[in-house]
Amino acid sequence: MAPKTLEKEVAAVPVSTAYLDDVLDKYEPKVYKNRKKHLLVVDHTLESPQEIMANVRTIPGILSHRGCCYAGCKGVVLAPLKDALTIVHGPIGCSFYTWGTRRHKASNDEGELNLVPYTFSTDMHETDIVFGGEKKLTAAIEEALQLFTPSAINICSTCPVGLIGDDINAVAARIEEKYGITTIAYSCEGYKGVSQSAGHHIANNQLIKRIIGSNDAEPTAQYNVNLLGEYNIGGDGWETERILKRCGINVISVMTGDGSIEEMRRSHKADLNLVQCHRSINYIAEMMQAQYGTDWLKVNFVGLTTTVRSLRQIATYFEDTALSARVEEVIKDELAQIAEDIEHYKTLLAGKTAALYVGGSRSHHYQALLRDLGMSTVIAGYEFAHRDDYEGREIKGSIKIDADSKNIEELELGPVDGKYRLRFSPDKLEALKQEIESLGYYEGIIKEMDNGTLLVDDLNHFETEEFIRALKPDVFFSGIKDKYVLQKSGTHSRQLHSYDYAGPYAGFKGAVNFAHDLVMDLNTPVWQQIVPPWRKEPLLVGSIGGEQ
Amino acid sequence: MLDATPRDSVLERTALVANPAKTCQPVGAIYAALGVHGVMPHSHGSQGCVSFQRMFLTRHFKEPAMASTSAFTEGASVFGGGANLKTAVRNIFDLYDPAVIAVHTTCLSETIGDDLNSYVSAMELPEGKQVIYCSTPSYQGSHITGYASMAAGFITHMAQKSGVPSGKVMVVPGFINPGDMREIKHYFEEFDIAFTMMPDTTGVFDAPMTGTFEMYPKGGTPLAEVVALGDASYSFALGSCASEAAANMLKNKHDVAYKALPLPLGIALTDELVMALARYSGKPVPAVLEEERGQLVDCMLDVHQYLDQKRVAICGDPDTVLGLLSFVLECGMVPAFVGTGTPAKDFDSQVEALLASFGVAEGVCWHKAETDYFELHQRIIQQPVDLLLGPSLFKQIARAEDIPLVRAGFPVLDRYVHSYLPIVGYRGALQLLKALADTIMDRQDRDCSDADLEFVM
Repeated sequence: MAPKTLEKEVAAVPVSTAYLDDVLDKYEPKVYKNRKKHLLVVDHTLESPQEIMANVRTIPGILSHRGCCYAGCKGVVLAPLKDALTIVHGPIGCSFYTWGTRRHKASNDEGELNLVPYTFSTDMHETDIVFGGEKKLTAAIEEALQLFTPSAINICSTCPVGLIGDDINAVAARIEEKYGITTIAYSCEGYKGVSQSAGHHIANNQLIKRIIGSNDAEPTAQYNVNLLGEYNIGGDGWETERILKRCGINVISVMTGDGSIEEMRRSHKADLNLVQCHRSINYIAEMMQAQYGTDWLKVNFVGLTTTVRSLRQIATYFEDTALSARVEEVIKDELAQIAEDIEHYKTLLAGKTAALYVGGSRSHHYQALLRDLGMSTVIAGYEFAHRDDYEGREIKGSIKIDADSKNIEELELGPVDGKYRLRFSPDKLEALKQEIESLGYYEGIIKEMDNGTLLVDDLNHFETEEFIRALKPDVFFSGIKDKYVLQKSGTHSRQLHSYDYAGPYAGFKGAVNFAHDLVMDLNTPVWQQIVPPWRKEPLLVGSIGGEQ
Repeated sequence: MLDATPRDSVLERTALVANPAKTCQPVGAIYAALGVHGVMPHSHGSQGCVSFQRMFLTRHFKEPAMASTSAFTEGASVFGGGANLKTAVRNIFDLYDPAVIAVHTTCLSETIGDDLNSYVSAMELPEGKQVIYCSTPSYQGSHITGYASMAAGFITHMAQKSGVPSGKVMVVPGFINPGDMREIKHYFEEFDIAFTMMPDTTGVFDAPMTGTFEMYPKGGTPLAEVVALGDASYSFALGSCASEAAANMLKNKHDVAYKALPLPLGIALTDELVMALARYSGKPVPAVLEEERGQLVDCMLDVHQYLDQKRVAICGDPDTVLGLLSFVLECGMVPAFVGTGTPAKDFDSQVEALLASFGVAEGVCWHKAETDYFELHQRIIQQPVDLLLGPSLFKQIARAEDIPLVRAGFPVLDRYVHSYLPIVGYRGALQLLKALADTIMDRQDRDCSDADLEFVM
């Protein structure tokens, strides 16, 4: 048997529609028909923009990476809010799995409640399923209130709760009336929608209805923004805030990394919403615009070129030459501080190829950072994105809402009396939008992908194996579920949900951390040890008749 | 850390669980199913369950944990998941070609009353393929009972009696690491008792790095051996909570007698295994096991002064906790708090029996099944301990109270290599002894004055 090696003897297959057909041909007809619409080879020479199927139900048994509605609502959006008591109504597992597993860091500030290190559950037993769990939920909240004084209480439903008909809204109303603490019910049963995405939307809806805009305290800083869709994984939000602060920009509320209910209540007083993760929180950005007139800007603080661009766009929006000068000064200084490191890492990383498969925004964000480091992305994809995250918001009107998504409430909101204020007249805003492309607009990932690269929605295990075998990316950025699948097959893998327990990767300093960690992974000496020496050279030398 | 926890008193709770010491059944079912070769575990429920559970198993073992899902939508939750399961089974066999799909239920499919028996019997399966199933609603038991249910499910659906005795015994190892399973095999091998370990995650969750990903790694109980369990001569269930269900099923179905033993952790409980194997086989205890025991006792004597009367809090899964408790008692330590999240009926009486056998006075040890880390923390604040012993979930309390932690059990999410190194058997106890002593002695070295720092200890 020939010794197994990890050398890439065979060159990567060029991505083409023909190659893709070859892969898809292995599916049975029904699956083929479905998956074909979720995959495309980027081609900017086509006359009409390319369309991808997204945000539709997962194929049973295909080994998708997707999570559920509850994971999106509790795990992603609500869990980082440190002054809220977020209680999971259901059997124990759902609460357990979201305890300390997502790396949304929260600082412990003197005198402020931080419930991030905790997880709470009603731990429903069979009797609660049979006879109903409302009493237990009420009792659990009342016990929690003997322990803590939270700014708000979030009740999150899990699958069986919706099925047995527990009325969590009624429980929330009773608790709120009795204790005078805002209590919000989130019907985020795991079976709702088709992925985490439905949960984001449900959380967004309740936060805009109940929290945002409920405290009119005026901010004291000159330039006030909110940072939306930044969950402070590995401290990303802190690095972003550090940079904004240096520029003289005050962040009122981070939604939701290291964030709080109290800050969120005042967030409508901000001048501008900065949207980092479009997928999980664009609803709040839109709804705040409708209710409070707050403009929003799609930013990307992952990557150097993109961080610089986002900072300049913020400065342009505020139309203040002093602010612009300050921003330029900060950019110049920050870039100078990291220049030597980045040049060093570029020499080690330039020309390498990557695959990016993350949630609903990061593949786009990290493509930018990889480009800054001289790398290219050969495959990109999302677990739970919608078509607008791929194709740009201009196609939103043409998205058909199917049966799985139509039960997720779409709020129709108008201006709130006395709180709606426009910074610019509609004409002036339009003019600004010409100047600032990302003002109230997200272009999606496709436009920034190279021709001939592969885009995949809801990638599954079968396709992952096919793509790494053929396209041979130098590194595959994904999540914990396939990290070791990739590593076992000799592919460098880095987790982009949890940053392999490192970070921050955002901003200027984060870019250096990211490059450092990537180089470390690519070059760790043990990669040379996978094939033992006796498989590389023969040990037994044959001899005939005593002659050597 | 944990600054929000009230420090003045312990709140007795009946409804709220905070920082749980258990998780749900399906994760145990997946772990058990991956211990049989060529099996794809399948979760009949919403897709989020399996996503969380694969994440947790992967983070504990640092290895792939494959499992599929019926991916219920709202429609399936109303009309039943039969169609989803049918599609899933077809796709799994088509794309991933397992020999067996091992389906477990979830709170979702159980609440709507999906009947797996009728779904599966109505399915047309490819030649030679099988779908088995077990019931694991998340609102009963814990990950430990889920493991027990799936292990029993393999017996229910696969074990057959040909009438020709296989001459082998069945060993059900409990929810333990592959490193522990290898150690348990050592005992049966030394006694020269032919055995089938089922489930067996050696070669699965400790598979070597070769440069090739195997969907079905070399390890796991061979299917033919699972089928042949009906012809087994006897069974050993190690850890009654996780393992007795499978042995009991084999007894009921194929009349194979069994002995339920505690998880062999520490001297006495390992002695119990050794004596049971000696009695069963009619052979003298192999010299090598007696030597290993002697080495352990030797080291425990050497180190006893550093562990004596140290107060320890133990938490984790029932079988493991009972074993850890037995061992710390043998080390002369004081088990101040002993807890599990799993609702194990006889946990408290088993703890009390162990305490009594060591003459521990009443009131010295607080113990409870269905406790959680929040309660343990509140109690530890009132009556501090010197050491924490259990999963990574103790980590926050360790920091909050500045108490050293020795990791053991499931899950250990924040350390590496642990799943390769046993804590069971005499050699496992030696590793545990080293961890306990090193941890306490490192602390002594850190905290003592310059004058007290010595090379010799």
